Amino acid sequence: MKVLIIGATSAIAKATARNYAQQGYSLHLIARREDQLELLVSDLLVRGASKASHSVLDLNKFAQHEKILDAAFTELGGVDIALICHGSLPDQDKVEKNFKQAQKEINTNGISVISLLTELAPKFVEQQQGTIAVITSVAGDRGRQPNFVYGAAKSLVSTYLQGLRGKLLAHNVHIVDIRPGLVDSPMTAQFPKGPLWSSPERIAQKIVKSIRRGSHTVYAPGYWRVIMFIVSAIPEFVFKRLKF
Amino acid sequence: MEAMGWGRYPKTTADLIQPVDSQALQKFISSQKKSASCISRGSGRSYGDSALSAQLVSSRFLDSFLELDEQQKVLRCGAGVKLGDILKVCIPRGLFLPVLPGTKAVSLGGAIAADVHGKNHHLDGSFCAHVKQISLVLASGELVTCSERENTELFRATCGGMGLTGVIVDASLSLDSIPSSYIDQRSLVANNLRECFEHIQDNADSKYSVAWLDCLATAKNLGRSILYLGEHAPSKNRRTDTLYRERSHLGVPFSTPSFLLNKTTMSLFNTSYFGVQKRKRRSTTLGCDSYFFPLDSISNWNRLYGPNGFLQYQFVIPSEGALEGITSVLEKVSENGKGSFLTVLKKFGEANENLLSFPKSGYTLTLDFKNEPALFPLLEELDRIVLAHDGRLYLAKDARMSEEVFKASYPNWERFMSIKNKYDPNNRFASLQSNRLGLTQ
Repeated sequence: MKVLIIGATSAIAKATARNYAQQGYSLHLIARREDQLELLVSDLLVRGASKASHSVLDLNKFAQHEKILDAAFTELGGVDIALICHGSLPDQDKVEKNFKQAQKEINTNGISVISLLTELAPKFVEQQQGTIAVITSVAGDRGRQPNFVYGAAKSLVSTYLQGLRGKLLAHNVHIVDIRPGLVDSPMTAQFPKGPLWSSPERIAQKIVKSIRRGSHTVYAPGYWRVIMFIVSAIPEFVFKRLKF
Repeated sequence: MEAMGWGRYPKTTADLIQPVDSQALQKFISSQKKSASCISRGSGRSYGDSALSAQLVSSRFLDSFLELDEQQKVLRCGAGVKLGDILKVCIPRGLFLPVLPGTKAVSLGGAIAADVHGKNHHLDGSFCAHVKQISLVLASGELVTCSERENTELFRATCGGMGLTGVIVDASLSLDSIPSSYIDQRSLVANNLRECFEHIQDNADSKYSVAWLDCLATAKNLGRSILYLGEHAPSKNRRTDTLYRERSHLGVPFSTPSFLLNKTTMSLFNTSYFGVQKRKRRSTTLGCDSYFFPLDSISNWNRLYGPNGFLQYQFVIPSEGALEGITSVLEKVSENGKGSFLTVLKKFGEANENLLSFPKSGYTLTLDFKNEPALFPLLEELDRIVLAHDGRLYLAKDARMSEEVFKASYPNWERFMSIKNKYDPNNRFASLQSNRLGLTQ
């Protein structure tokens, strides 16, 4: 199997890449930091990847998406699984007062993914097979006060994926929307952790399983489906007063 | 956050720092105030307070494999890589770690810092005997490498040095070849301690050797035990030869009430375990997980000792006085109405040159005790017996040894201090343990 991972140095992406490497898959990684990519490539090779390569890109440079994806498809000789993982967690108080920063965050977490999907879709249609999996977030299920800029960007992607899923159905291309809950990773280092937090490895296992099974919308771990069902069911006149 | 060792005693609050790479780690160390101190922490598998401090530098994200040379059988990887992950990578290639402690959850950095030992210490020495090179970040923020040839004294102080010389970033180590991932196990029954010693002596060339002891047996049964001997099983020329099957886990989701562990339940367990094992088949083939890591199959087994945790007491006594010393210890334990679920006896080979490494030629006994106030005076008495027989305690298990006992039993502590002072004059690296033992502060 050939796997393309975008935003490959995020904790969840790394754990997923390692899982695939252990199964002997070929991987191509795209991320911004070259030193970390090089480290991950050698890690994956030792863990058993049949091939591992990388290219460096700041994913907010949309104009270069086409070129870098072309190169990735050539490098791997087609892609069976494309996994989009990049993202950033903004400070809500700052971004809601500063549009420039909000725009940057929405670009990172939302628009850049749409751009990648726009490029990826025809490539997968041409192959007439494959899976595109995107990591969104439970934050996209409802706009909550502490992180609605991040949540809005993620829900933009989730909504887009729902439509794309139907479009690509006839072409044997599958779309998976992965919505992790609270993940104990470098991105969330500043938060105190509790029992609802899970490790990137656990999320990775869920990702691998749901891609293999061809799931549609996946909450990781599964109990987040229940939590978000309840959160979504709260009437707006109550919800607007909640600060969580 | 609340921090504790595997024994869940003592507990403290600490800030957790999780650098994502060596640059981030260097930046953190360099930005520290002169008075601030920290200690590195891997999987948190040392039992006592050796990985506790107000600031814990976690190796969690320093978990990359860097290079595997299958011809030379050398692996280089990050300090946060767990030994279990190394096995996952090695076994399918017919390679194996030359030394394995009782749990595969230990990180590479932790294994080096505690210079851990395994069931083959009598033949292959401790973990650091197979470590070729270490990269670590010093108190100055500088990233240096050390080995037997390069920065030798730093290497000798870092191997077994409980993280007090710096934060280990990565290391390279040599691996062994194995014919298969299975272990042929033989077990021998010993009706008392002397018999157990004889069995151990008679089988000194056995690759792996460790005895389980019924610590509640007294009088003529004192030290009755089962000696488990192991060899790597020969290859059957099948694909399954180098298959690594991880055992599924049972878990202990919360601390069980500690009254469940009392003399009656312990005696029941020990007697029935001995009775069952005595009747079992004498030789059998096991997967390497079941042989090396029986306790890993119950995750968080440390919670069984209740909310106050437990203390593991491991000492070594040179062979001459071992029979007498261990007998006195076991007698003292049962005199005090205490007991241990798992009591393990093993013979060590020669000591190495690392300054604070625990193993030295002789016999080592490990006992688990539920944490309770009455335990501490007993352990002090045991300390006196151990010292009187020229023995010492394992720092990775210790949570309460006094400075005097430590300094009397680790004769190289002064040399260690002079090296530590050279590389870390302001005691930037300090743990609750090192403060207690008079190595820092």
